Amino acid sequence: MTQMDTEPGTGVTEKVPFWLDPKKRAILFQLGTLCGVGLLGYYLVSNVLANLERQSIATGWSFLNRESSFEIGESMIPYSAASSYGWALVVGAMNTLLVAFVGNLITIVLGTIVGIARLSTNWLVSKIAAVYIEVMQDIPVLLQLFFWYAIFYETMPSPRQALNPVAGVFFCNRGVAFTVPEAHPAHAFMAAAFVLACAAAWALYRWAKDRQDRTGEPFPTFRVSMAMILGFPLMAWWLGGAPTALDVPELQGFNFSGGLTMSPEFFALLMGLVLYTAAFVAEVVRAGIQSVSKGQTEAALSIGLRPMLVLNLVVLPQALRVIIPPLTSQMLNLTKNSSLAVAIGYPDFVSVANTTINQTGQAIEGVAMIMSVYLAFSLSTSAFMNWYNKRSALVER
Amino acid sequence: MQQIAYNPESGPLKPPVTEVGVLGWVRANLFNGWFNSILTVVTLWGLWQVVPPTVRWLFLDAVWTAGSEACRDSSGACWSVITENIRFIMFGFFPYDLQWRPLIAMFILFGLLYYSQDRTHWKKSLLYAWILGLFTMGLLMRGGLLGLSLVDTTRWGGLPLTLLLSVFGLTAAYPLGVILALGRQSTMPGVRWICIVYIEAIRGVPLISLLFMSAIIFPLFLPEGVSINKILRAQAAIIIFTSAYIAEVVRGGLQGMGRGQYEAADSLGLNYYQTMRLVILPQALKIVIPPTVSILISAFKDTSLVVIIALYDVLKTTKTVISDPEWLGFSREAYIFVALLYFLGCFSMSNYSRRLERELKRD
Repeated sequence: MTQMDTEPGTGVTEKVPFWLDPKKRAILFQLGTLCGVGLLGYYLVSNVLANLERQSIATGWSFLNRESSFEIGESMIPYSAASSYGWALVVGAMNTLLVAFVGNLITIVLGTIVGIARLSTNWLVSKIAAVYIEVMQDIPVLLQLFFWYAIFYETMPSPRQALNPVAGVFFCNRGVAFTVPEAHPAHAFMAAAFVLACAAAWALYRWAKDRQDRTGEPFPTFRVSMAMILGFPLMAWWLGGAPTALDVPELQGFNFSGGLTMSPEFFALLMGLVLYTAAFVAEVVRAGIQSVSKGQTEAALSIGLRPMLVLNLVVLPQALRVIIPPLTSQMLNLTKNSSLAVAIGYPDFVSVANTTINQTGQAIEGVAMIMSVYLAFSLSTSAFMNWYNKRSALVER
Repeated sequence: MQQIAYNPESGPLKPPVTEVGVLGWVRANLFNGWFNSILTVVTLWGLWQVVPPTVRWLFLDAVWTAGSEACRDSSGACWSVITENIRFIMFGFFPYDLQWRPLIAMFILFGLLYYSQDRTHWKKSLLYAWILGLFTMGLLMRGGLLGLSLVDTTRWGGLPLTLLLSVFGLTAAYPLGVILALGRQSTMPGVRWICIVYIEAIRGVPLISLLFMSAIIFPLFLPEGVSINKILRAQAAIIIFTSAYIAEVVRGGLQGMGRGQYEAADSLGLNYYQTMRLVILPQALKIVIPPTVSILISAFKDTSLVVIIALYDVLKTTKTVISDPEWLGFSREAYIFVALLYFLGCFSMSNYSRRLERELKRD
């Protein structure tokens, strides 16, 4: 073999031109890509600036402090047309959070029920669940929102002939009115007692687990926690004077007053999002339960665990590891899809931001705000997911 | 104890009648245990409450072709809101006497899709057929050549627009998604980070914010005097959105490839481009065909969002019809019809994806 350019063993190159050296080539390639992206960005930004100047569109965030002069149909915090744009956006963001929170809660419950029904040995129930899943997954969620909204406006009677399916609940074309307990200071104590009970149950769970690890003595954690979570608020209610007065919706003029009213927009949005997402959650739950092999249950039963313990100690921990990641992404989907509220006029964040854009003409700031709010939701969710995946990853020997 | 004597003349003993046939099936699947029995009875009662009135409303009492006055007198569904307005719902503002052109374009698309189902047809000639088909469809829609009169894109609408947005959206997003996925798997940090930021940012925001961007901010991106029409801008937003999702699906396929594949390609002396084109991508893309079809399904459903930026897709034309005072109050029928269109599209695609998954698992 004749003398080569590369000395064996050292890897030092003498005459290899730089465009054939993979390391230098990689650096060049990256520089090229970065320059390309940078140039594109520079081109777009300079165009935007030129266009903004030509059309004399204002820039900056000062509009946030100006008076909004538009009304928002429903708000959890005090708001009027005299409030600022910034405050209007806060109202919108809170409405988005409300829909996302209530929607996710109902979706998980409904999705779990449908997912379990899909696995039922009862042929009829299983087939109905299958049809539900297939049909709901295949119809765009926006169309479902329009559909429920139309149902509300076209088939619901006026408040005078409101439907009253269950005592205390009224359906009419102005929304749904519920009977709620009349406001009373004891309710605040009950909420505090509930939070306290949850904290106590968590502490009890840690203590019982620790004691069982040390001494092997089990403790009926579940029953005691349930008793605390139900008992504490009940005690607070009793100590607070046991208020029983109810706030029943009453027909006054053309609408209901009193009670808790849900607007048709909120109701249609909630129905559409929940029914659509629950179909996906049902599939997630089904896959999770099926991922735990039958042998696991049989093995647990054969070492003498009771069925409840089999579920708690063997099946659920394994199924949840499969269920939680796709479930979180479905919850995120529901949150992102709640932005479709703008199409039926529910004042969520996107809808308020859209009105702001139309009034101020500051489209770039508006769209940037929409994007960053949702990006914040997704990034925090994926941070949680990474933490969870790390914690629940299989520890292999 | 009763003795059952074996009698060779009577043949084998038949199983009890309650274990086989219809009765056996009903017992095993509907009434095994008290809980399931109660469940079955309750479900049957619920179905009995819901199904007959629905069928009566949907079919028996329905009005199919008469005008809106006949509908208002009837207690059933008013399907004439569809039959009387079908051409507007299907084709929007496309010139009335030229509507045969989008119709033929749709038939070409359905024909191509149907032909492409069979995996034995996946050859290079199919690719050429698609290119030719897409070109013909564009020609039929737009005109301006071969004696076809020009139809401005602002008049495009209805089902052809929905199909156009989803088919072109996916065709353009697919290569972009593959490049992004390769970029994300790259060893070069500069390239990798650009791809990661793009993918995560796009996946983190709702499509509607991108559509808003396409409607109000894209025009600002362009130099003075240049403008791009609205459909193309919405199409760009859909492509940007879909490509991020495709990138994640393809990344799943790339991660599923064993190290051995890369090492074998290296040892043959293939460079990066050859490794990817000849060894890695053909295998990785095959693994991810089923999830790609589900991306196609969501892209198809997501095109309905262009309603919000006032493009006349099939949902918007339907909404226009039911906001006409003559047809006010018949939204349910109209929405059920559109839902049926979407359902047929998505259901056939998801069925196909399941079949493909089974076939791919076998070989």
